[in-house]
Order: sequence, then structure tokens, then C-alpha cells
Amino acid sequence: MAYSDKVIDHYTNPKNVGTLDKAKTNVGTGLVGAPECGDVMRLQIEVDEESGLISDAKFKTFGCGSAIASSSLATEWLKGKTVDQALAIDNMDIVEELNLPPVKIHCSVLAEDAIKAAINDYRVKNGLPELVAEKSVH
Amino acid sequence: MNMELKLPIYLDNNATTPMDPRVLEAMFPYFVEKFGNAASRNHSFGWVAEEAVDYAREQVAKLINADPKEIIFTSGATEGDNLAIKGVYEMYASKGNHIITCTTEHKAVLDTCKHIEKTGGQVTYLEVQPDGLIDLAQLEAAITDQTILISIMYGNNETGVIQDVKAISKIARKHGVLFFTDATQAVGKIPVDVQADGIDLMTFSGHKMYGPKGVGALYVRRKNPRVKVTAQMDGGGHERGMRSGTLNVPGIVGLGKACELCMNEMESEAKRLSAMRDRLQEGLMVLEETYVNGNTEHRLPHTANISFKYVEGEGLMMGFNKDIALSSGSACTSASLEPSYVLKALGLGDDLAHSSLRFGLGRFTTDEQIDYTIDAVKNTVTKLREMSPLWEMFKEGVDINAIEWAHH
Repeated sequence: MAYSDKVIDHYTNPKNVGTLDKAKTNVGTGLVGAPECGDVMRLQIEVDEESGLISDAKFKTFGCGSAIASSSLATEWLKGKTVDQALAIDNMDIVEELNLPPVKIHCSVLAEDAIKAAINDYRVKNGLPELVAEKSVH
Repeated sequence: MNMELKLPIYLDNNATTPMDPRVLEAMFPYFVEKFGNAASRNHSFGWVAEEAVDYAREQVAKLINADPKEIIFTSGATEGDNLAIKGVYEMYASKGNHIITCTTEHKAVLDTCKHIEKTGGQVTYLEVQPDGLIDLAQLEAAITDQTILISIMYGNNETGVIQDVKAISKIARKHGVLFFTDATQAVGKIPVDVQADGIDLMTFSGHKMYGPKGVGALYVRRKNPRVKVTAQMDGGGHERGMRSGTLNVPGIVGLGKACELCMNEMESEAKRLSAMRDRLQEGLMVLEETYVNGNTEHRLPHTANISFKYVEGEGLMMGFNKDIALSSGSACTSASLEPSYVLKALGLGDDLAHSSLRFGLGRFTTDEQIDYTIDAVKNTVTKLREMSPLWEMFKEGVDINAIEWAHH
């Protein structure tokens, strides 16, 4: 299967690989997937408390090239958005942007899950109720 | 030898091998010039074709120490698996309906056995030990008065593990059970001798030994005991009635030539390949948390299956698949997302199975290519581990198995 140029670019030059201090109250961490399934994503956001904007986003991913590209792209999109705007990121946006084939759609679903998990972690840390996401099927 | 590095590098010789140019040369006249049907008994076109087939049959038989009459030409190993298992099952129905095989067999064997179960047969699937070898005591214990066939492969396509074929055939003999082996990965790579090994039926194919695709052979023993299989393809009664269909003369000529080349060159080739394979393996094992899968003592000379923990196989291959062609036990693209059943049968966790690469060296692999591969794989593993949350956890001493993962 041939990868799209955008997947190859994110894989070759991943954006925002790294780790934020998960102990900070303005950092939300999402860890999704499972080693047994062949992909694990950890996505973190740091929220600027004054502006309410996501000032930084980092990821680390164990998985195929599409999983790496999906999470790399997600961190790019997260920066500069408000938390509410970030919640609106849909996995199909990632599929479209990266030209993912049907067998790789689960990678984009995982990235969306990771965004939601990171946001929830941030919300819980800041005394907000956890958002109940619609159960994704994958 | 100072050869220029040739890219891309092909290290997937367990999937298929390139054809040796000498094989192509031998086949060439049999497409246009000598196109006859080997079954045409009444003119020179047929005689020429028949003569070529007879000669190839001798070349094939010689490689495995068989009689030429014991060679049935097929379309490849899958057909041989089907013909041997279904053919014995039908031919010996009056003696019993039980077959013993093992969980690491090729799908062509496993799915054929499943088919037989659907038609009312009994099949025992032996588990393998962590090194990939079957437990001989378990094999013997599985034999019942209904057992007619033991089907255990010679060398495994994913791990290269070589079963103790001699010991298996002894057990089969002792109980009056036929022994069939899928030797697709072994014939032409290591000495396979149907007499010394006590094999009753054996399948193999041309394209795994530098011959053409679409042609293979099934060895069917004619003496002590005389083995028969029920034909699975009806028609003109070719191949002693066991496999009808006009013979693929150029393919058969190619298979014969490929066997002859293997016969002459196997010894030196195996030495050269195992030395390169070992060097590759040692070069990669300097990485932490790297594991060789399967028994390394009883292993095909050209194969190494290695897991790089905390890195996913498909993602790993993407780091160099422009330049290096090989296979992974990960199956991120398959609908099931299930990693290799062979590695799982060895007891590997799904995580290690997902992290595996299979290196299959071949006749045309060079030292320079091995050097390049070592560097490329090492660099990519290192890069991806820096990107892997699991690697970070491992380095921080977090017990990954203690985490409750959301399985999807």
C-alpha cells in the first residue's frame, strides 16, 4: 500500500514529538490505544490560562506511519485553538487531510480519541465535569 | 568483494525469490520454439516436450533423493498441500479420518484441514513450544487408531524453524501413519532427503528456489509404503492419474533447472547466507530490547525473525521501505488487525508480534546490502523509540502490563 505524501512527510518530519509535564494543572494528557492492537497514542495539551488557548501540544505514538502522521497532524491543529474548538476536530478531517485509505481510518479515530482524552484530563484537573464522548466503534 | 550497493534491497526471499537467469535461459526455448504438449504421443513436438519434462523430473527427484516416478508436477506448494491432505484423506477413508498437524503451518495446510473438518474429518492442531518446535511426545500421544496422516512442515516460512523431521517420521512409521511435509522453504536451501528423512509425501514450489512461479512438485512415495492420493483435479489422467491438466512444460523445465542449481550450489550458498544472516542478526541485537523469534539452532540459513520491542513493525518498515523490502509480523493493514498467528503460537505477546520483522536473505543478497540494512533498521528503530510512549514508559520503569489499556 502506498502512503500519501502528507503521511510520509509527517512520518519523516513529525511535528511536536515530546512530553509535557503531566503534573501541571494546565496540562491535559490522553493515552489511548493498546500495545496488543499495534497502536498507542499519547497526546498532551497545555492550555494558556489567561487566553484559554492551547499554547502547546505534544505527542508520542507507537504505531504505523498513518498513526504517527494522524497524531502529528492533530498536535499541529490543536495549537492556537480553544479547548472547545479542539473538541470539534473530527477524525474524518484527519482522514481527508492525510488521504488515509479505509484500512487506516482507525488511526484517525484514535487521534480523535486522544484529543478528547487529553481535554477530559484537563477538564477533570480543573474541576470541570468529564465530557461523555459518543462511543466510537473501531 | 567490493561491489557497488544495489538499491532497493530485496530481503523478502521467503515470500518469493527472483528467478535465476540460468533458469530463464533453460525455459526460453519451451515457449515458442518447443511448444509441444508433453501428452502428444504421436509427433515430434510432443516427444520433445515429453523429453524435457522427463529430464526435469530427474533433476527434481535427484535434489530430494527420490525416484523420478515419485514426482507429481503441480502449480505450486498450495496445490500440493491440498492434493496431499485431501487426497490422502479421501484415499484412506476406510482406514480412518484423523489428521494431526500444528498451529504454525502455512494457511494452505491449516485451511485445507479446516475444510476436512467441515466434511466430517477430525484434526488435531498441535501447539508448538516457545522455540517453535513441536513436542514429539505430544505428537505421539495425539495418534489414535483413526489417524491416517501427520502433516508437519519442514521449515517455517516466518521464523525459519526446522522441525525434527526424522524423529517425526519415525513416530509416524511406528504407528503406521503417513507423514506429509510442506517443505516449500526447505527444499533447495538445506539438504532434504526423502529416504533418510522418512517422508511419504512432500510439497514444494519453484518460486521459492529461484525458479518460476506457478509450478511446483508433490513427492508421493511409491515403495515402503506405496502411497496413493485421490486426484483433486479430474481430466486427462496426467501425472499417473493424480493430477490432470496439460503439463506446464516451460515451468517444469524451469523447476528442474532450479533444482539442479540448488543441488550444485546449496552447500556453499547456505554457508554464505547463514554467515550474512548471523552478521545481520548480531548487528541488530546490539539494540536494547531486541529478541530473535524461534529456535536459532534449528533454523533455515537465510531467515531471521526479530522483534524490536516498543516499535510497531509497519511503522518501522516505513522508515526504509523505499530501499529495503521485507515483511513484518504486524498486520496493521489487515481487516482483523491480528498480528502473525505463527509468532503468537510461539507464545509471543501481541505487542512483540506487532514489533517483528522477517529478514529473508537469498542468492543475490550481498554483504553491502546487509551493512546498509543494519544501519537503516538501527536508525529507524532508534528514531521511532524516541517517538514511542511505550519506550518512554519502559525507560521510566513504568510497568506497561499493569496499565489498563482500552482495547479497540
